Amino acid sequence: MLRFIIRRLLITIPTILVVITITWALIRLAPGNFYTGEKPLPAAIEQNIREKYGIDKPWYQQYGRTMWSIVRHLDFGTSLKYEGQSVNAIIARSLPVSAAVGILAYLLALVVGTFVGSIAALKQNSRWDYASMALAMLGISVPNFVLGPILVLVFALTLYWLPPSRWGGFPSVNLILPVLTLSAIHMAYIARLTRAGMLEVLRSDYIRTARAKGLSEKAVVVRHALRGGLMPVVSYTGPALAFLLTGTVVVERIFALPGLGNYFIQASLNRDEPLIIGIVAFIAITLLLMNLLVDIAYAYLDPRIRY
Amino acid sequence: MNEDKLTVDTQTTRGVPSTLPSPTNAPDVDAIHTPPEVAIAEADVRTAETLETVRASSLWRDAWRCLLRNKLAVFGMVVVGVVTLASLLGPYTIKRTTGLTPDYIPTEVSLLKSFPPFTSSDGSFSWTHPMGTDNQGRDLLARVLQGGQISLMVGIISTLVSLVIGVSYGAIAGYVGGRTDNIMMRVVDVLYSLPYIIIVIVLLSMFRSQTARGQLILLFVALGSVSWLTMARIVRGQVLSLKNQEFVLAARATGVSTGRIIFRHLIPNTLGPVIVYATLTIPTVMLTEAFLSFLGFGVQPPLASWGSLATDGIQNIAIFPWQLIFPGVTMALTLFSLNFLGDGLRDALDPQMRTF
Amino acid sequence: MGCGMPSTHKCERSNDKVEARNGTLLEVHDLRTYFETEDGVVKAVDGINFQLKRGETLGIVGESGSGKSVTNLSLIRLIPDPPGKIVSGEVLFAGQDLLLLSAEEIRKVRGRRIAMIFQDPMTSLNPFMKISRQLMEMTQLHLGHTKQQAYEHAIKMLETVGIPEPRRRAGDYPDEFSGGMRQRVMIAMALSCRPELLIADEPTTALDVTIQAQILELIKKLKHETGTSVILITHDLGVVAGMTDHLIVMYAGKVFEQAPTRELFAKPGNPYTKGLLRSVPDPTDEHGQLYQIPGLPPDVAHLPSGCPFAPRCDYEQEICHSEFPPFVQLNSEHYSLCHFAQEVYFESASAATGVKES
Repeated sequence: MLRFIIRRLLITIPTILVVITITWALIRLAPGNFYTGEKPLPAAIEQNIREKYGIDKPWYQQYGRTMWSIVRHLDFGTSLKYEGQSVNAIIARSLPVSAAVGILAYLLALVVGTFVGSIAALKQNSRWDYASMALAMLGISVPNFVLGPILVLVFALTLYWLPPSRWGGFPSVNLILPVLTLSAIHMAYIARLTRAGMLEVLRSDYIRTARAKGLSEKAVVVRHALRGGLMPVVSYTGPALAFLLTGTVVVERIFALPGLGNYFIQASLNRDEPLIIGIVAFIAITLLLMNLLVDIAYAYLDPRIRY
Repeated sequence: MNEDKLTVDTQTTRGVPSTLPSPTNAPDVDAIHTPPEVAIAEADVRTAETLETVRASSLWRDAWRCLLRNKLAVFGMVVVGVVTLASLLGPYTIKRTTGLTPDYIPTEVSLLKSFPPFTSSDGSFSWTHPMGTDNQGRDLLARVLQGGQISLMVGIISTLVSLVIGVSYGAIAGYVGGRTDNIMMRVVDVLYSLPYIIIVIVLLSMFRSQTARGQLILLFVALGSVSWLTMARIVRGQVLSLKNQEFVLAARATGVSTGRIIFRHLIPNTLGPVIVYATLTIPTVMLTEAFLSFLGFGVQPPLASWGSLATDGIQNIAIFPWQLIFPGVTMALTLFSLNFLGDGLRDALDPQMRTF
Repeated sequence: MGCGMPSTHKCERSNDKVEARNGTLLEVHDLRTYFETEDGVVKAVDGINFQLKRGETLGIVGESGSGKSVTNLSLIRLIPDPPGKIVSGEVLFAGQDLLLLSAEEIRKVRGRRIAMIFQDPMTSLNPFMKISRQLMEMTQLHLGHTKQQAYEHAIKMLETVGIPEPRRRAGDYPDEFSGGMRQRVMIAMALSCRPELLIADEPTTALDVTIQAQILELIKKLKHETGTSVILITHDLGVVAGMTDHLIVMYAGKVFEQAPTRELFAKPGNPYTKGLLRSVPDPTDEHGQLYQIPGLPPDVAHLPSGCPFAPRCDYEQEICHSEFPPFVQLNSEHYSLCHFAQEVYFESASAATGVKES
């Protein structure tokens, strides 16, 4: 197991570097520049800008400098658009916002989803089953940027129960709508997965053995079925993180939250190279680490898996 | 026709618990556990091992019958069919009947604002704009239908792209096996844990095409390259298990050539899960496209997709809610139906892939 | 999960706890278990009658789909409902009709008085639970053991079934055991509470031949030590030969023949049984062809009228297709379901007189 972890960590580093390189290359290969506006700039001003930001040097030097400062100091440079702010500072500032919304959303999805899915599996083909699965299907089919505004329309603009947008710190009632919007689709998937996993486990031989032993239905479900039935949900966490990410981007745009996703989109639109690279690298590292954690958790929960 | 597929007669009576040893459900331990891709997180690659080949023709016919029995799937099929038909013929029909095109902007100043459904300029009931108009007076119904064209086209073509890449990659990895397979799958594993979408966003934002057409092509490629990973995994899993089944060994033993084995024996058996996954990928891709349009990287005007229409509609949700609701509901309904259809196909074609 | 009883039935407490008569532990009368499928009603078990005396081993033999597993699941009401239902019948266990017990009562019987081991030990044990815990569960539930008591008992059981280093291995998970070991664990689990009846559903089918012999020996040994009665289900005649006192042969959900084991092997009274016996390969026969009963088992959802075995039978005649065969008594304990039971029996008997009875 330890070897497995070390191996994964070792792979992570070159992977991140490759990701950074690809991102850098994409930005550089694209036509245009970050300072290009509507009107073409006079040559002298353009020359000044290029000197200031060091982009008059040959590309391999620039690449080298960027990578060196990243690898050596983990310094991703200064934002091109937000004057004077270091990329690291921006990330540090916006991360808690995204993390708060994301983690809360996933926790909510887990709790509600597994509960609903388990009940649906136990009461298969009942009205509860059909209703909750239909709702889950709806949750998968409605895009989050449609759901969000509708929630805002209903709860904020019509009922005046909740504020429509803006970040109010943590914890605050401003979190409710963004978290709901973000978690909806995951709630749906987790409910479906739980139901599926439970149904499959309930059909398996070892559950039949448990029943043949004379255990009560409750003991069969809680002690024997639940463990195996929830495995698909653990597996789901891996890809879920990626989707959580893109969902966060949408949610932050809709609710005007100063989170990582919002900054990322702005940076992309502004062609703010250091910021883009910084955020991409950060996201990549986070995802790789979280996937590793999920794999470890999976091995811990399923004794059949040995790395 | 039948001689190429060996018939494996099972002695179990259908519906009754079999007394034959059940196929083991032990996980595929040599791979790092395969975290199922979200769209078909429910599809378990390892259970794909247990396909039994019955007489060739009746497999598809059985599947079709099973599909028809599933009311939800039929509902899905019908709705998808209706929407597709409407999207294909709609804009043309509307143009012929009322002269309105999706981008027709009325010349009268008084019409240059958004009207609610079934209302005409003076507030009275009229059939002209069943879905109302947008901010510039364009008929929303026509726009939604045209949006459907684009959305569906993006969905289908991107899925095809990912299908082509994924199936070839997976089939090669599975059939060749050995180190090549190992390396290929490691690559997939690594790619899997990357923030693909993020890089795609960077790609799209950097390479904003000048023409709307160009942007579409970029989208096809970008979206297609996001979903091929799981397809490759599935196909590889299928090929791996089929490779060693008796009918392949028998075919080889009777001198069937490798190419024929792949194309007449292996690929048809992978079609089931491939079809299912493809049908379930389409809504995912459409969602992704919508999301990209929301961020501004997707479909560019004058073309519109449901996603971009919904995005435009968000601006005015408080005053003109129908601008968001109609495209949003249409999209949700279509995705809903596609998901049901995909579920039904999965039940029909490969019940063992079903996890619910 | 329903109790498998028809909807018109009310689960009442059994009023007559009649003591076992003549040492008969189990009496099954006219048991019928049907399954509702899309193809129609599958009559998996269609009117089974048999008896088991205390301390005896009964073998149930049949091909796949004959209904043998379903019979046993029906005994302790483990039939999933839907789609299955025990439509009628009586299962008298020590005088009590199991089919009339409430859900809670039957749970008390399961594991405690009637234990069952299944065919595939790989999937029949909970892979996520240590085997010590799975064993302890039994006695904690039925005998009220404390954790410590249950643990010691579990170790003892593991020892009894021949698991080496039981204390160390008790903390292992099922997938750390080989197939044979796992089956031993299952046996240990089943016999933890000293049940009166052990039902072994194809216990050796999934195992290697050498391990098969070991497991069967183990069951025999434990049976002698604890006096448990055993029902052994298998499709392999070789397995039942040395193990069972009585045999019933099932086909298409019905009992086709029923006799003491020796009698059945020596003088089968039913064409199907004869066919089965002929199918056992004879290692001394160098030139003969391997015999197989021609044809396939019938589709139990669409049984023809008349004898279900008729299409494959050597003795088949017109009457076999039109009339359902009678259950003929050939001997004090020997019955056969056939129009020509007497003829078949006499044929076998006369063939046997030339052979020394072993």
